[in-house]
Amino acid sequence: MSLFQNIIEALESLVSNKMRSSLTVLGIVIGVGAVIAMLGIGEGAQQTITGEIGGLGTNLIFVLRGGDEDIRNPEPLTMQDAEALMDPFNAPSITGVAPYVSGTVEVTFSGESSYISGNGVTADYDEMRNIELMEGDFISEAHNLSRAAVAVLGPDTAENLFGHSDGVIGETIRIEGQPFRVVGVTESKGGSGFSNEDDQVWVPLSTAQVRLLKRPANRVDVILVQAAGPDQVPQAEEEIKMILRVRHRTPIGQDDFTIFTQKDILDTASMITSTFTIFLGGVAAISLLVGGIGIMNIMLVSVTERTREIGLRKAVGARKRDILVQFLIESILLSLAGGFIGILLGYGLTVLIDAIAKASDVVLNSSIGLNAILLATLFSTAVGLFFGAYPAKRAAELEPVEALRSE
Amino acid sequence: MKDCVIEAKDLTKVYQMGEIEVHALRGVSLKVNCGEVLSIMGPSGSGKSTLMNILGALDRPTNGSYELDGELVSSLTDDQLAEIRNRKVGFVFQSFNLLPRMTALGNVQLPMRYAGGKSGLKERAIEALESVGLGDRIHHRPNELSGGQQQRVAIARALVNNPSIVLADEPTGNLDTKSGDEIMELLLSLNETQGTTLVFVTHDPEIAAQTQRVVNLLDGRIKSIDNNGFHKADESV
Repeated sequence: MSLFQNIIEALESLVSNKMRSSLTVLGIVIGVGAVIAMLGIGEGAQQTITGEIGGLGTNLIFVLRGGDEDIRNPEPLTMQDAEALMDPFNAPSITGVAPYVSGTVEVTFSGESSYISGNGVTADYDEMRNIELMEGDFISEAHNLSRAAVAVLGPDTAENLFGHSDGVIGETIRIEGQPFRVVGVTESKGGSGFSNEDDQVWVPLSTAQVRLLKRPANRVDVILVQAAGPDQVPQAEEEIKMILRVRHRTPIGQDDFTIFTQKDILDTASMITSTFTIFLGGVAAISLLVGGIGIMNIMLVSVTERTREIGLRKAVGARKRDILVQFLIESILLSLAGGFIGILLGYGLTVLIDAIAKASDVVLNSSIGLNAILLATLFSTAVGLFFGAYPAKRAAELEPVEALRSE
Repeated sequence: MKDCVIEAKDLTKVYQMGEIEVHALRGVSLKVNCGEVLSIMGPSGSGKSTLMNILGALDRPTNGSYELDGELVSSLTDDQLAEIRNRKVGFVFQSFNLLPRMTALGNVQLPMRYAGGKSGLKERAIEALESVGLGDRIHHRPNELSGGQQQRVAIARALVNNPSIVLADEPTGNLDTKSGDEIMELLLSLNETQGTTLVFVTHDPEIAAQTQRVVNLLDGRIKSIDNNGFHKADESV
């Protein structure tokens, strides 16, 4: 019998049992829908996180104090360490160095107050971190030299304090009770996740060290280093290690500082998200498995019910293979139909979850790639084949005489 | 004209029922002439169903040989048997055995679909339905047809691949007298017009009386063959 004819007959048979067929399909719909939604959301989360890490700047390297847990008394990072990294002779791959301190500070303006992340930074910081100014200017070198009491606000901070983020230049706010003049407001980065870039305040590093975050002379929390290009990042990393080992007099293998590149952060983040995606996908796959067992169950019932039909088909000349193909096509059609509806359901779920995420200020753009759709289609066909194989084989191996005799 | 041999020699059939061996056939030899109308009679357990299954290539004998149209059916594989059933055998069952989802046309087309050929599929099926007087019912489903009409569809299905032998197992058993008579009339007229070889399996003496030869089975053996006053059967026993 031709494949086309087989499909027509299988459809007729499935349609004649609408309720049963649709309940069977439902199992696959839920399974495939769950898999598609989980993969889509995982992909979206990965993109959000990758975008955020990319938004930190380009080719950045973070140098922090302290090495492994068993390194005792790590030397603090200082301004002098930062200056040493700027040496074009010892560190040719490094194009920018920005030491900074950060901590939580209380910001107040006419009764409104909030605790936000405060950063003491140098003039190079904004360029390295891709910070754009919506209004005014960023912290300058002159501000640092004079320990000026000036501050740059994130747009959310300005919004929170003033009720609007424009026209606030020249206003005086209090940080930790001390007056600071607002000199700039940054462009929104659409921040979310770990640290909201839009709800921060930046002040001159020297001011922060002395007046806000109270660091002993010259100490900094992080030295931000920019490599000349993506390919120079590993080289720059080596140069940082060489210079700091000499300055801190540490033997090799006992570095008292830690280096993170953007790539390290990115790798860690994608490892976490993909583990998460695999976990969720695995849970979803179990429901697909359950759906497959549902198909098998129904096909077994169907074979028993239609024993006489199978006997008749054999009596008029159906070979084993014909019967096998007939029942396999029925189960594959069931699971494929479930797969297609499941893809739609999964898509609907991602749209819904994106909307929920948006409502809670998280940017999530779940994407269902072609590969997820192909995977789901392939997988549901495989489920149909796998779970349909046993019932179909049972049908094909019925003895025609026995089958015709059954009631 | 087809090569026309339908000959069973010394058929035995043994079923294993648990530990007990059931001898359904104990050596049956039978030659059916082409174009003949034959009936096989006997009480329950006489082996007539088993004989019909073997003649219809649904089953293989335990011993003995069966030749149909030059094919030694008793030595074929399952798939080859299926092909024989498809091309050379037509079945008419007591309970019609139509597929309820399909129209009359679909049911008649079923054997052709398994035959693999494509040419004139629909036309031949319609022709077969017209020959049983159902030309105006081709798109009706079985539940929209009377019992007699359903059996006509089954007869059309049996004839559509132009078989060498048509086996009818109590074809009137589920019908009232009137439609039963009509079905018998139809089958006999098909034998006259198309020369179809007909084998009835029945325990209704009225049916047997309308056939040219009656084979009486008892306990797996042929007890007697009556010639019913038709032309003299040849030497086959």
